[in-house]
Amino acid sequence: MKPVRVIEGRAVPLERSDVDTDQIIPSDWLKRVERTGFGRGLFSEWRDDPGFILNDQRYVGANILVAGPRFGTGSSREHAVWALMDYGFAAIVAPSFGDIFRNNSSKQGLVIVHLAQEDVDELTRIVKEDSTRLVLIDVDQMVVEVPETDWQRSFALDPLIRERLLNGWDDIGLTMRREASITAYEARSDAPTLEGVFDDAGHVVAH
Amino acid sequence: MAGQTLFEKIWNQHVVASPDGEATILYIDLHLVHEVTSPQAFDGLRLNGRRVRRPDRTLATADHNVPTDPITTPVNDPVSRRQLEALEENCHEFGITVFPRGHENQGIVHIIGPELGVTQPGMTIVCGDSHTSTHGAFGALAFGIGTSEVEHVLATQTLPQQKAKTMAVTVNGKAPRGVSAKDIVLAIVGRLGTGGGAGHVIEYRGEAITDLSMEGRMTVCNMSIEAGARAGLIAVDDTTIAYLRGRPSVPEGDAFDERALHWRSFTSDEDAVFDAEIVLEASEIVPYVTWGTNPAQVVALDGVVPSPDQFEDPDERNSTERSLAYMGLTPGEPIRSIPVDVVFIGSCTNSRIEDLRAAAAVAQGHLVAAGVRALVVPGSHRVKRQAEEEGLDQIFLAAGFEWREPGCSMCLGMNPDQLGAGQRSASTSNRNFEGRQGRGGRTHLVSPVVAAATAVLGHFASPEDVGA
Repeated sequence: MKPVRVIEGRAVPLERSDVDTDQIIPSDWLKRVERTGFGRGLFSEWRDDPGFILNDQRYVGANILVAGPRFGTGSSREHAVWALMDYGFAAIVAPSFGDIFRNNSSKQGLVIVHLAQEDVDELTRIVKEDSTRLVLIDVDQMVVEVPETDWQRSFALDPLIRERLLNGWDDIGLTMRREASITAYEARSDAPTLEGVFDDAGHVVAH
Repeated sequence: MAGQTLFEKIWNQHVVASPDGEATILYIDLHLVHEVTSPQAFDGLRLNGRRVRRPDRTLATADHNVPTDPITTPVNDPVSRRQLEALEENCHEFGITVFPRGHENQGIVHIIGPELGVTQPGMTIVCGDSHTSTHGAFGALAFGIGTSEVEHVLATQTLPQQKAKTMAVTVNGKAPRGVSAKDIVLAIVGRLGTGGGAGHVIEYRGEAITDLSMEGRMTVCNMSIEAGARAGLIAVDDTTIAYLRGRPSVPEGDAFDERALHWRSFTSDEDAVFDAEIVLEASEIVPYVTWGTNPAQVVALDGVVPSPDQFEDPDERNSTERSLAYMGLTPGEPIRSIPVDVVFIGSCTNSRIEDLRAAAAVAQGHLVAAGVRALVVPGSHRVKRQAEEEGLDQIFLAAGFEWREPGCSMCLGMNPDQLGAGQRSASTSNRNFEGRQGRGGRTHLVSPVVAAATAVLGHFASPEDVGA
């Protein structure tokens, strides 16, 4: 994963609440075995509608998505994060998020900016009034601001996620620094395994 | 010191390391894998020259993509076929037991874990699927993960985790006649909303919960994620132990009794304190139907379609208007007067033997209404075989239902079982999101008995309405 320190760009106001991961990327897109190319499927059920905000020429090229509460609830599909990033989004600003979606985002470097509802409403108003406004998200300082205005808000980031974003760390590598602890745990755990339960063809071995 | 909750007990027993200022490294006892959320994870392992640390704690099955036509029919969708093939290839390469389409043990991942006895109390269980919460019915800590986490568990058999908060959801008293586990969980999701459980692991308690069979408990835990919760749990009791006895991967004889004694420790201590607590009275729960496009939008089967004016919050009013427009419904319309095109009995929520028995009892001696397509999709080959031994397939077929091969099927329409645009379903599945069962499809979530009665009458109905 690439390090992320500052995201600067234009923001698109989605103005929808309860955008679940089925809306972000519908299930026909989940059949792929690749990790790329999901941007074309982003919000695909809504993209046919010429009035849908992503079809508004003024917001083409925006890399920050401003959404309503409970963004990314529902299915665990990480494809939702891949689709948002493949489309070009680097950060999502919303009043609340689905837990699994939030987790998945942190693994890929998609920045989750959690603000109070009224702050999201204000930011939405600002970028609706002027679609050319630049928005700046500083992961290091945990601040989102609209330069050339006095609008600036702090947001919280889990310290670990912040570190990981700033350094571009891979989770598996981080965990494997603790391999000795894992091996020690395995030696003392008596949790059953599948050893001897199934044969090579997956049939249950008789007791 | 206060006692421990069930969640805390399982958590504490699985801590590998809790380095200062970092997430806890939690050991994962069982990793369930399916074809949709794993190919990119296996690819990641290959790219980095990593192996699967514990193939003996990993089990894979095909479920999301499989057609439910007779297994002799080929998989016509080339993209689905490729994904199913990739699962088999990856499992063989990395030494993982896999149940491909048509295998005697194949089925929906959350059906086969419990029925094989692979799901056991006190375990940590993960799967790249949000309905992994199902396994919590056994007093196991089970939750859904994304593909990067799938890769992480394959490589390390652990996950870095922040400890969730705990929530007790107590359902007091006996559930009235005609109220099923599905209605109980719809009542809970309706009460909590889609975000009410966020950041929490729910423990379901109270008489209406402990009265449930394991199948019913799995239905309740299954839908924890629909209230935003990470996981759902139910304490171990006699019902749990009785279900596990004789399952293929549990020990027999004295060894079983010894295990069972250990399993019984997986309950919350009496003086355990939860971070949040809600209480429902079972006597107030009725059969429900969802009317909108999220699972918290529930209304009584006896009720009417709500009006946006009922909601104070402008956001909620907006989302209600949007939902009603998508669903093609008019406020005030009685739920019973709404006709359906398709009835789907299946999914990891309601495709177990008990669900099929309940639906068959309602359908028996009746015919599916003209113009309605009704599908029964058993959760696994084991469920299908048992249902056939009991003659349930013949009851469904005589009534005009389709009796299909197991898989996730129309719950999410990744296989050919989909709704057409504008088609309306009564579905025993777990999500009524826009387009979930097919682009433009309109989903209403119901229990298996309401689904069966609805199939017979062609509009939403209760078993009493068909004289069952």
